[in-house]
Amino acid sequence: MLAYIIRRVFQSALVLLVVGLVAFSMFSFVGDPVDNMLGQERTQADIERLRETLGLDQPFVVQYWRFLEQAAQGNFGLSYRQGRPVAEILVERLPATLELAFVSGLMALFGGIALGIFTAIRRRGVSANIIMTASLIGVSLPTFLIGILLIYLFSVELGWLPSFGRGEVTRIGNWTTGFLTTSGLKALILPAITLGLYQMTLIMRLVRTEMLEVLRMDYIRFARARGIREKSVNFRHALKNTLVPVITITGLQLGSIIAFAIITETVFQWPGVGLLFINAIQFVDIPVMAAYLMMISVMFVGINLIVDMLYFAIDPRLRADRTAGGH
Amino acid sequence: MTDTPVLSVRNLVVEIPTRHGLLRPVDDVSYDIEAGEILGVVGESGAGKSMTGNAVIGLLDPPARITSGEILLSGQPIHNLERSALRRLRGKKMGMIFQDPLTSLNPLLTIGDQLSETILEHLDISQTQARKRAIAALEEVGIPAASARINSYPHEFSGGMRQRVVIALALCAEPDLIIADEPTTALDVSVQAQIMALLKRLCRDRGVAVMLVTHDMGVIAEAADRVAVMYAGRLAELGAVREVLTNARHPYTAGLMASTPLASQGRKRLRQIPGAMPRLGALPTGCAFHPRCDHAQDQCRQEPGPTLDRCDGRAACWFPIGADTKEEAQA
Repeated sequence: MLAYIIRRVFQSALVLLVVGLVAFSMFSFVGDPVDNMLGQERTQADIERLRETLGLDQPFVVQYWRFLEQAAQGNFGLSYRQGRPVAEILVERLPATLELAFVSGLMALFGGIALGIFTAIRRRGVSANIIMTASLIGVSLPTFLIGILLIYLFSVELGWLPSFGRGEVTRIGNWTTGFLTTSGLKALILPAITLGLYQMTLIMRLVRTEMLEVLRMDYIRFARARGIREKSVNFRHALKNTLVPVITITGLQLGSIIAFAIITETVFQWPGVGLLFINAIQFVDIPVMAAYLMMISVMFVGINLIVDMLYFAIDPRLRADRTAGGH
Repeated sequence: MTDTPVLSVRNLVVEIPTRHGLLRPVDDVSYDIEAGEILGVVGESGAGKSMTGNAVIGLLDPPARITSGEILLSGQPIHNLERSALRRLRGKKMGMIFQDPLTSLNPLLTIGDQLSETILEHLDISQTQARKRAIAALEEVGIPAASARINSYPHEFSGGMRQRVVIALALCAEPDLIIADEPTTALDVSVQAQIMALLKRLCRDRGVAVMLVTHDMGVIAEAADRVAVMYAGRLAELGAVREVLTNARHPYTAGLMASTPLASQGRKRLRQIPGAMPRLGALPTGCAFHPRCDHAQDQCRQEPGPTLDRCDGRAACWFPIGADTKEEAQA
């Protein structure tokens, strides 16, 4: 198992190196940031000086190496637009995105698994069929439309919840949290639903399909033939066997919740990294874009690694080293 | 012991409503199994043998359901029990063994967990006692070093060992009836013999009644005391195994015997029954077997097959094989 993990970590590093190359290439191939940073009345000397401070006068390979070296230390240079270190801006914006992703991820995971089990067990029930039909909405409506509909209903018509922003936040060290104030929590509800709804329906449909598959297996029949009670058959015997594929997809989905918070954050003007990224694109703020890209890929790779290790925890057949020893 | 048979099936009918009409995978089937007796149930695929077993243990997949007849377990009717009452009987009073030991065990739970769970479900004892019982159950079915292997997962056992675990699971709450649905079909021949010997021993030592569903005449000949031959949902023949195998009265049984290879027959060409069993939706009029029967006469084509009573409770045939038995068996 250790060898396996080491191999996976090595692979992960390779992936990050490639993503790093892509991120870095943007510096050289997407526009000229100097144009953007200096106003109309610039002199040739101004341009030269800025190129030198930004390191843009060095050869490609040297620049890439320096980029990697700096990136490994969490230093992504200065934002072209704000003139502040990118790392600082990211750290400032990250709590908003992580809190949003955390809440909608939990909602998607628990809501999805619970509804998936329910619709699988009550396959022919009326309520299960209503849920299944309703879930088509979650799968097929685009996120921004759901967000706008929710804003229309709960903010404009009913006036219950705020339509944008994070509400009041509390500072704890470097972290700003919206969990501690009522307005912060209220502001979280609509974006969290918008972001999590798609994932929730996806997980629900996956759990349902897997569960129906597992419920047809011989060992479920055998458990029933031994008089094991229905609750135990469903939750002990069946659920555990559905979890391996569910964890794979869920893991990837959690990654994409963070990555694709962009749309939700734009709709709700949520001050997270997604909004930061959209603004960065508009301004060709390449250091911010590159850092965002790196951050997202680190998250994806990290989540994948965790998912792989969870397999070992769930499925004993993968713990190959057990069979050798007869203990 | 009392005279009440452990299992008594009376005129059982199982029906499946479909878009094309009502199917009857089990049609008017009756038989008894005494304590310590093995009843073999044979027939081609789709003859209704597994369906009968599922009906008895109450695991018919909807929309299949029992529409008439009775199932008595030690004299008590169980066909009309509600789900939860029936569930408490399963495992405790009757157990079931499935065909494929590779898929019958939950791959993510240790066999100890699966055993303890079953024992605790039915007996009012502590965790530790359940564990002890689980080990004893494994020892009884011949798992070596049972106390060491109890924490193993199913994939750590070979196929034959897994079937032993399955038998231990079916027997761990000490039921009176075991329904073994093709218990050896998925196993090697040598392992088959071991498993059958084990089942026979448990049946004899514990006085368990066994319903042995199989399509393998060899297994029947070796293990069963009595045999029930099924065809298209009905009993074709029922009797002591020696009688039925050597002196078949129903032409279908005779055909089955003739198409079973025997080592003593050398390289003679095997006889086969022409045609295939009719689908349940398209049963012929008259006796369901008549299109394939050498002995069919007008009565067979027009009137439904008789009940077993017609031929001393042996064969459901208008013209059971009698005087001409010898030439038939030799053929």
